[in-house]
Amino acid sequence: MTGLLQIALKLLANDRGKFFTLIVGITFAVVLMLLMTSLFAGIMQRTAANIYNIGAKVWVMDPSVNTQTDNIPMPDYILDVVRSIEGVSYAVPMYSGSGLLKLNDGRYQAANVIGIDDATLFGRPNMLQGEIADIYNNDAYIAIHDSEFSKLNNPVLGSTFEVNDYRGVVVGIGEALMSGLFGTPTLYTTFNRAISDLPQMRFTITYILVEPKNVADVAHIKQTVSEAGYLALTQKEFIKKNTHYYMYQTGLGTNVLIMTVISFIVGLSIAGQTFYAFVLENIEEFGALKAIGAKKQELIEMILFQSSVVGFIGYGLGMLIAMVLIALAKYRLANYAALVTFQSLAFCFLMVLAIVAFSSYLGIRRVTRIDPFDIFRG
Amino acid sequence: MLQAKNITKWFGEGEAKTYALHDVSFEVNFGEMLYIVGPSGSGKTTLLSIISGILRPNEGSVTVLDKDLWQMSDSDLADFRLYTLGFVFQDFHLFKKLTCKENVAIPLILQKKPMDEALAAALKELKMVGLERRTELNPNRLSIGEQQRVAIARAIVTEPTLLILDEPTASLDGETGKRIISFIKENLLNEKRAIIIVTHDNRIYPYASRMIRMEDGRITEKAGNLDED
Repeated sequence: MTGLLQIALKLLANDRGKFFTLIVGITFAVVLMLLMTSLFAGIMQRTAANIYNIGAKVWVMDPSVNTQTDNIPMPDYILDVVRSIEGVSYAVPMYSGSGLLKLNDGRYQAANVIGIDDATLFGRPNMLQGEIADIYNNDAYIAIHDSEFSKLNNPVLGSTFEVNDYRGVVVGIGEALMSGLFGTPTLYTTFNRAISDLPQMRFTITYILVEPKNVADVAHIKQTVSEAGYLALTQKEFIKKNTHYYMYQTGLGTNVLIMTVISFIVGLSIAGQTFYAFVLENIEEFGALKAIGAKKQELIEMILFQSSVVGFIGYGLGMLIAMVLIALAKYRLANYAALVTFQSLAFCFLMVLAIVAFSSYLGIRRVTRIDPFDIFRG
Repeated sequence: MLQAKNITKWFGEGEAKTYALHDVSFEVNFGEMLYIVGPSGSGKTTLLSIISGILRPNEGSVTVLDKDLWQMSDSDLADFRLYTLGFVFQDFHLFKKLTCKENVAIPLILQKKPMDEALAAALKELKMVGLERRTELNPNRLSIGEQQRVAIARAIVTEPTLLILDEPTASLDGETGKRIISFIKENLLNEKRAIIIVTHDNRIYPYASRMIRMEDGRITEKAGNLDED
């Protein structure tokens, strides 16, 4: 570090009140922005929980489907159409619907019921207890041990319940990659049991899960499915469509955006105003430096360095505090949906850079405009 | 060492045009302590700014060490001030959040000297002005007279050939003012340096080598050589 930057740092750090205020302002903004964007990322990921958990490479659905919770049934012949497409290794039906369970204590509980293909059990969960083959037993269901598991009264193997007046037995406890967002527990069963136990419309297939022979076949599969009047999406595309819906078709994205912008403005205001006050307080001394022989570029470097230092410290502290808060929340609340992504971190970093740039601009504008002649005039 | 020729400076245009300096000429030689005296508004500060390379004159020229100041680029003017001039501002303009030592080291730091070297030189100058026990204090913990001495140490740390002091006794009582000027004359004035002092404090007039008096932007009187009187 050059001597001038060391002096700039001392000037800043020795003004403890302003130094502290600047760091607190930026830290506060980073914490809020990171919490908001992480919460948003977490919620978005949770809304697509089934897409992640089932793990199919290509999903065929009705074109009206916006999210994974849209259960729009397709006629059976579509399964035959998909299976006949060149490039399809295999295709299986999947049922996804909501069931109202009557638990042993007489309480009712809504549950997300997934019916997987009887023949292949494609999309089955990893088993924590029990055997997957037990899913073929009479009335068999597998309960998913996620954050909503306790809502089923913490079932064990053999626990029973009623669904649509049919008996259900827990034959296994499975695990999912992630919990859903909507606060309902998840049960897996076979496709045929799902459509027989739960009330149905005329058609029963909610999604067709496709395994292409290779990646190059996906375009052709999508094209052929489209010609049949349906929609085929890769897992990534389905997640994107799902996210897009929640982001733009609900108030969620707008609200998070507003909160993030407010956080940014708070940080910008505190940091901008405090830094400007700091520059103003030292303006005559900066003018004296100019009179002594400091070049404009050197003064700009000093100010940029000072604002960058508080920016980076604030970003680091804010990131640390936000992560600790998220970790604590996740420790205490099993279904707390927050996900710190590289995008969130990069976004917050860019926002901090914007705050630094704005604060620097205010300071630089003031310092470069001061005329050393004013220093002589007093 | 310094020649100012036919300096004229005005501010504003048209009806608002106000002359600050009219055809001012003078020179300063090595080993001289020149006073520029006169009442407030007589143009002393404007003249000081022009010969320091801070304010461009409308007419006339300033030559320092055979270089025409106002033919230089802004960058060269900044270097000229940094390497050739030493300033003591009327209000000192010391950084309150830096120690005295760091304040004094600033011109050397601007000259890109290593921090250690700059601080060592600052310490030496502070010793020279009698503030060796105040080096780690912030200026606002010093008396006005001590702050004045820190400002002087900062001005001479680069060993400038021309030292410029603006109203150096304005904030000091009579005795302290005389002591400071006496110190400057005895310790800082030498054959390789000239000193220009702007003042209207007649108590320190006897210390001048030469004096020019200004009124309404014109030199009305040149007195000297006072050293020889």
